[in-house]
Amino acid sequence: MKELIKKLVETTGPSGYEAIIRNVILEEVKSFGENRIDALGNLIVLMGNKGEGKKIMLSAHMDEIGIMATHIDENGFVRFTKIGGVRPKTSLSAHVKFLDGTRGVIGEEIQDRSGEAMLLQHMYIDVGATNRQDCPVKVGDIAVFDRQFMDLGNRLVAKAMDDRISCAILIQTLKQLKTSPHQLFFVFSAQEEVGLRGATTAAYSIDPDIGLSVDVTDTGDTPKGVRMDVKLGNGPAIKIRDSGMLSDPRVIEWMINTAKANNLPYQLEVLEGGTTDASAIQLTRAGVPSGCLSIPTRYLHTPAEMVDYRDVENSVSLLLELISGPITI
Amino acid sequence: MDKSTHYSFGRDEFNLLEKLSNASSVSGDEMEVREIVIEEIKNHVDQYSIDSLGNLLAIRRAASTPFLRIMVAAHMDEVGFMILDKGEEGLYRFEKVGGIQVTHVIGKPVLVGKDKIPGVIGTKPVHLIKDEEMEQPISLEQLRIDTGLEKNGKVKPGDYVMFATKFQKLESSIMGKAFDDRLGIVSLISLLKMPPENIEILAAFTVQEELGLRGAGVAAYSLQPDAAVVMDATPAYDLPVWDKSENYLYNTRLDHGPAIYIADRAMMSDPRLINHFVMVAEKNKITHQIRQPGEGGTDAGAIHLQREGIPSISISVPTRYIHSPVSLARISDWENTYRLVSLGLKSLSASVLERG
Repeated sequence: MKELIKKLVETTGPSGYEAIIRNVILEEVKSFGENRIDALGNLIVLMGNKGEGKKIMLSAHMDEIGIMATHIDENGFVRFTKIGGVRPKTSLSAHVKFLDGTRGVIGEEIQDRSGEAMLLQHMYIDVGATNRQDCPVKVGDIAVFDRQFMDLGNRLVAKAMDDRISCAILIQTLKQLKTSPHQLFFVFSAQEEVGLRGATTAAYSIDPDIGLSVDVTDTGDTPKGVRMDVKLGNGPAIKIRDSGMLSDPRVIEWMINTAKANNLPYQLEVLEGGTTDASAIQLTRAGVPSGCLSIPTRYLHTPAEMVDYRDVENSVSLLLELISGPITI
Repeated sequence: MDKSTHYSFGRDEFNLLEKLSNASSVSGDEMEVREIVIEEIKNHVDQYSIDSLGNLLAIRRAASTPFLRIMVAAHMDEVGFMILDKGEEGLYRFEKVGGIQVTHVIGKPVLVGKDKIPGVIGTKPVHLIKDEEMEQPISLEQLRIDTGLEKNGKVKPGDYVMFATKFQKLESSIMGKAFDDRLGIVSLISLLKMPPENIEILAAFTVQEELGLRGAGVAAYSLQPDAAVVMDATPAYDLPVWDKSENYLYNTRLDHGPAIYIADRAMMSDPRLINHFVMVAEKNKITHQIRQPGEGGTDAGAIHLQREGIPSISISVPTRYIHSPVSLARISDWENTYRLVSLGLKSLSASVLERG
């Protein structure tokens, strides 16, 4: 599965511009079910029929945070803004890559900035141009962090683990699933990082009985890090709440019982900042019982997001168990 | 000349803009503008209706097949104020309706309520302002609208208040209030009068945009278009920087033509529609600009998330000083915005929306 993860995280796919990553995922999944691409660019793979079982929407977002050019100055420096939650601190000196392959590094203004807060508007991308005319970037061009996949054994590091790691988990689940009494919609959603937009319209069209997002979550296991009771390597996290959703207690119970019954490790997640596709699914139409399977991840929204491979494998196992058997909610 | 793609607005369009710019249409109270729009379009559309929020929805059917159903939206409302109390001696407390900076309104003439009672947002004469006060920020709470009445009577809490600015046509520019989004309203009316044959135009003259894109969402839900184009006005802050350094935070610039949105706070424009309209602009040699991606939002932000999703794009007229009592735009930018949308619709077909 590491090969698949490497391929997914190294592919470019900022919010709204998911065509390249979508095609990579489509190649992986197209033989496993009917698929469609909707108006916002979500890739939806359908497996099974609705018989006695439930209609379940599983959502992992394809898009990653990025940056977009706002101005090319007379010396060829590219001013930019963020697409999704990009922080100035973790952007400085980052390598970036535009959709057309143009690469650059991020620098910042020095004069008059001492003691001032870092702001993206005082930073720029240097693509090696010397003036406006020879700069290959245009206003509106979009780029992502450029970083290679790093395999540390149990721990894996890359940009865009958020949320390609979950795309890998959904793909692996699709491949390993033998039978299910449910009608399953595997959604590789678009534009999550700019406000859960893809999941909003996908959930409307699917109109599911149960919604489950698979996404990354913070951990509290780094020196003087976030105060949070989730650790890398302690198993997939079952979301209790985040800042956008209270998981449906029946969904939480179903997830916990399934993990226990199959002897799979799990941890409970209370996330104080951030939310996932599930919060959009939950509020769709007349409401959908929803929850989230979270992959503990360090250094979120930086070019170096770290996951534990065993958590990834256990997430696939848990997901397979969740959707293979009957569900009473 | 092909009338549907004509380049210059004539006397009719300027007169209509003047009438609309001078009219009152603060968010939630769009009736006056809506009545003007209905008069203009009723003989040019196949049907029209007013929905529960007050949006005016009109359909102009396509003259040929196959056709796409395209929602074209422009908002009728503008920023303004609302009276908060019964007042004392003609002085009234008031609140903002929509995004307004307090310093922009001090000392400005206004018109209050249905009867358009004249008033002014009062200010302390400079003679009486102490040195230390000069540096103090002023809050809305400190200000009053002064109607000059000896005793109150006609003005009631809840009355809407508009800026009293009168429209002016200058040599190459236009000046007036509420160009955000009366420029879009006139363009949309023009589209209905000279429609592209291949498009069923679902025109949405929306309400309450300035309060959070409220009208557009429900309009798109009911219209269910194949795609949507939003015509609005967007700030141009293309002024020189005081220290002569390069201004790189202008949002848009006058004389650079229609501003095509790629990303704002509320939406990523559909890349297929961006490519289409940029190609149409290049092919027809229409000066155009990409609005600097960043904050802000238009009706498209609400439209594109309706139901199963609607591919959407915003194309706006660069306009200086919007959300203040007076805005200023270039006539050519306005005309070119209309022209780009009109030509873009004319060449829009299902193949543009296919995914390769």
